[in-house]
Amino acid sequence: MYLNSIFSNPERLERLGDIAQSSFLPLIEAAVQFTLPLSVISFILGLFLAVVTALARISTVRVLQWIARVYVSIIRGTPLLVQLFILFYGLPTVGVTIDPFPAAVIGFSLNVGAYASEVIRAAILSIPKGQWEAADTIGMSYSQTLRRVILPQASRVSVPPLSNTFISLVKDTSLAALILVTEMFRVAQQIAATNYEFLLLYGQAALIYWIICFLLSLVQGRLENRFDRYVSR
Amino acid sequence: MISIKNLHKSFGELEVLKGIDLDVEKGQTIVVIGPSGSGKTTFLRCLNILEKPSDGTVEIGGLVADFSKPMSKKQIMAFRKQSAMVFQHYNLFPHMTALDNILEGPVTVQKKDKAQAKEKALALLDKVGLSDKADSYPHQLSGGQQQRVGIARALALEPKVMLFDEPTSALDPELVGEVLQVMKDLTQEGMTMVVVTHEMRFAKGAADEVLFMDSGRIVERGTPDEVFNRPQEERTKRFLNLIQDTDTI
Ligand SMILES: Nc1ncnc2c1ncn2[C@@H]1O[C@H](COP(=O)(O)OP(=O)(O)OP(=O)(O)O)[C@@H](O)[C@H]1O
Ligand SMILES: [Mg+2]
Repeated sequence: MYLNSIFSNPERLERLGDIAQSSFLPLIEAAVQFTLPLSVISFILGLFLAVVTALARISTVRVLQWIARVYVSIIRGTPLLVQLFILFYGLPTVGVTIDPFPAAVIGFSLNVGAYASEVIRAAILSIPKGQWEAADTIGMSYSQTLRRVILPQASRVSVPPLSNTFISLVKDTSLAALILVTEMFRVAQQIAATNYEFLLLYGQAALIYWIICFLLSLVQGRLENRFDRYVSR
Repeated sequence: MISIKNLHKSFGELEVLKGIDLDVEKGQTIVVIGPSGSGKTTFLRCLNILEKPSDGTVEIGGLVADFSKPMSKKQIMAFRKQSAMVFQHYNLFPHMTALDNILEGPVTVQKKDKAQAKEKALALLDKVGLSDKADSYPHQLSGGQQQRVGIARALALEPKVMLFDEPTSALDPELVGEVLQVMKDLTQEGMTMVVVTHEMRFAKGAADEVLFMDSGRIVERGTPDEVFNRPQEERTKRFLNLIQDTDTI
């Protein structure tokens, strides 16, 4: 079969080697130009949105709580691909046209914002009440307490789950191929369409995703160590 | 220095403080004792407005708070500055060194000059016997050391009154002495203090007045000798009997 045919056919083996070599650079280029920027920009915007949403959830203002809940519920309750399609293919029918890349950034940011807000909310709630009281007694305002006392501690607790969010995001950016962003997976599709070596091209793309995620997990470990220096016991 | 009139605090239906009246002179140390749930912690927290009292007035260092009326954030902040709280579980900021814990109030909140504040913070660390621990994180310190940092952090705010809520009750017995010593030094220096504690030694050695609280009221008050050796109220006698055997009251 496939394996058989490869090894019984040196010419084909050579052809595969050539294709692998010539497609490697375009794939890496697409990763650097689109996959990584899309991931990083969406994650940063998403985190910002997540903190705001988490604060709205724990605020005492009912309307804010309610808005945050509805937002999180909608994002978590609908498929990411459907959200991307609504942004890119749906909105133009009501006169709102967004280019592929910005549409993807908006979609992924909204997603990270919703999922990460739950992580951050849980992390904030896990900080003992005594920390708020200590901040109170030294005269801190609410925003000072958040910035200086609560969020630094909450961010430590959040590193492992947020790293998972980021790693998932990197892989999810492959969905942007379906709204015409020429990120790595779309480039793999395009090359494969010309030479029909689907296994080779998708395999290469998978390998590069895996390497990126592996490197990210190393960064995660370092971050956790850095934060661990003040952890008790 | 402190003048409390008709202080009330309810949590919903539950009335925890049922009208507290108390006057404290500058430089006095008041020890508050009483059974669990009698409202001691709530009483201290009300003085620092960590808990908003339901009714009554409190004057500290010339500033009056009338809790029968709504208070603005600014008023609360201003009144809170008059006193500083030392907590049972220290509540140090775990992500900051001992020195940074102490600097947080003066520098971040009070916007004092950093260099000067640091000099003062180091002096405070020295005062509580921890000059070599400035760069240690809380988890690297023993409970007694953490609590002494807690005291230094409160002192750095330059409050007129220090409030202590069972500052030694979370400590191993052999660490209690070092914290009480720091508190005794403060008494001697003329700090005005309200201390919830069941440490007999401290109460006898440092208190000008002992209050016995029960069910949200001050049931009995007097010098340590009067309250401990010649209690008048039945409830006080019972409470003292209950814990007589131990070293603490
Ligand atoms: N935030 C709160 N909400 C509702 N009830 C509260 C709250 N804080 C305290 N209470 C109640 O108020 C009462 C007095 O509590 P408080 O902590 O002041 O007692 P305490 O004298 O300090 O007791 P202990 O010696 O155990 O520390 C208790 O019945 C307690 O359950
Ligand atoms: Mg208490």
